[in-house]
Amino acid sequence: MNLTEIIQLVDGTPLTPELSFDVEIEGGCGADLMSDVLLSSQPNAVLLTGLTNPQVVRTAQMAEFRAIIFVRGKKPQPETLQIAIQENMPLLSSPLGMFELCGRLRNAGLPSFESHVPSS
Amino acid sequence: MSHPPRPPTDQELYGRRGRPITDQDAQEINRVEELAYDLKIREVMSKSPVTASPEMSLADVLELMRLNQISGVPVLDNQQLVGILSIEDVVRAMNRNDLTEAVRQYMTRDVVSVASYDSIVRAMQTFTENGVGRLPVLDENNKLVGIITKGDITRGILFALQKDYKAEELRRYRASHLFEDIVSDRTTLVLRYSIKPQDFTHGGNASSYIKRALLRLGADPQIARRCGIAAYEAEMNLIIHTLRGGILKLEVESTRITISATDDGPGIEDIQQVLQPGYSTATEKVREMGFGAGMGLVNIQRCADKMDLESSPGKGTKLIMRIHVPQEKRNGLGKGNSNESSTDHRTTQPETAD
Repeated sequence: MNLTEIIQLVDGTPLTPELSFDVEIEGGCGADLMSDVLLSSQPNAVLLTGLTNPQVVRTAQMAEFRAIIFVRGKKPQPETLQIAIQENMPLLSSPLGMFELCGRLRNAGLPSFESHVPSS
Repeated sequence: MSHPPRPPTDQELYGRRGRPITDQDAQEINRVEELAYDLKIREVMSKSPVTASPEMSLADVLELMRLNQISGVPVLDNQQLVGILSIEDVVRAMNRNDLTEAVRQYMTRDVVSVASYDSIVRAMQTFTENGVGRLPVLDENNKLVGIITKGDITRGILFALQKDYKAEELRRYRASHLFEDIVSDRTTLVLRYSIKPQDFTHGGNASSYIKRALLRLGADPQIARRCGIAAYEAEMNLIIHTLRGGILKLEVESTRITISATDDGPGIEDIQQVLQPGYSTATEKVREMGFGAGMGLVNIQRCADKMDLESSPGKGTKLIMRIHVPQEKRNGLGKGNSNESSTDHRTTQPETAD
């Protein structure tokens, strides 16, 4: 699914107009714990999160996400924007909550890229 | 037609924007645009052009054009450019049955020229403004040194791009064959990063460099991803927990990658406890940032093939993560050198002997 389609689906506002939003997104992952994101995501997905600090971009970069959507209309800190532009990580803000966002993307056919972690 | 020395204009100094370039501008400039400013006219022009004199007959010049397969010639009188004669001028003369006339009668006297020391972007502008197909090129002393066409510009840019591409290929080749080219019993590349305590803004920079270096060295993308994640968790631990920061170190060998995070305090009281998923001593501030959920070390254990944690309270902590490079994934990174068998012999991993 193209990121430009996702913008439509989630009533998204692009926060990094400097970057191209013509990006192919293969799956989705929603989390507010960065370790969870690092632990159980697969590459080339979009990250849905309520966190807006610079670490979100670093985490997304390490885990090879292609874009980040901030839930509930949250706006990132200036440092976050700066790193995102530098690392070519498109950012979006959506007025929707996490549950609604995940639901819309899943209904539109975007698969979950959250890998199942075996219970230990 | 002449080019007296003069101070450079803003446009020449700063390009078509006519102002100093901003970071934003710089990002938007592509390599071809850059080359349009970098390449000088003298680098792409055709040198020692065929010329005519004002007294030559048009019939002779027509023969000159035919022999050299060109459609225009600059006209020189006493080494000075006095005009240009194009095929259109000759056609005009032919219509009047005037081919015995001298060049002087039909040449264009008001010649637009460019300077050899100008950027090719200047020639491109001049082509557009004047609608001409070729421009005589003059040097600092107003001597004719060449002629430039749009074809010369295209060829010049393509040639420069090809040079860029070859240089980039060579750089990539050199980086990814590092371990083959350098012969030793055991080659190790070490990268060290100093991590400051509580520096959340730069948290992850070092890990990002580590991951990039591994990819540059030709590591398998999946291995680079595992190393990046392990390094990132370790880097964040140094930022969150240490008193004076620490060192994040990457050691690359042909058969394995070792990442270590070392600090000098405060140290860990109960190592078994910190290895429990969910155990955390992080502050509320750290938790708000999405860290400190007690999953960092668990995550590192999943990414690394082997993890060792040594610590004594009051002294410091050393976390060592090892990732093996399996034979089939040794692209550039791990092809090793002719002494690979002896290298393997020295490593302590049981599965390296294959």
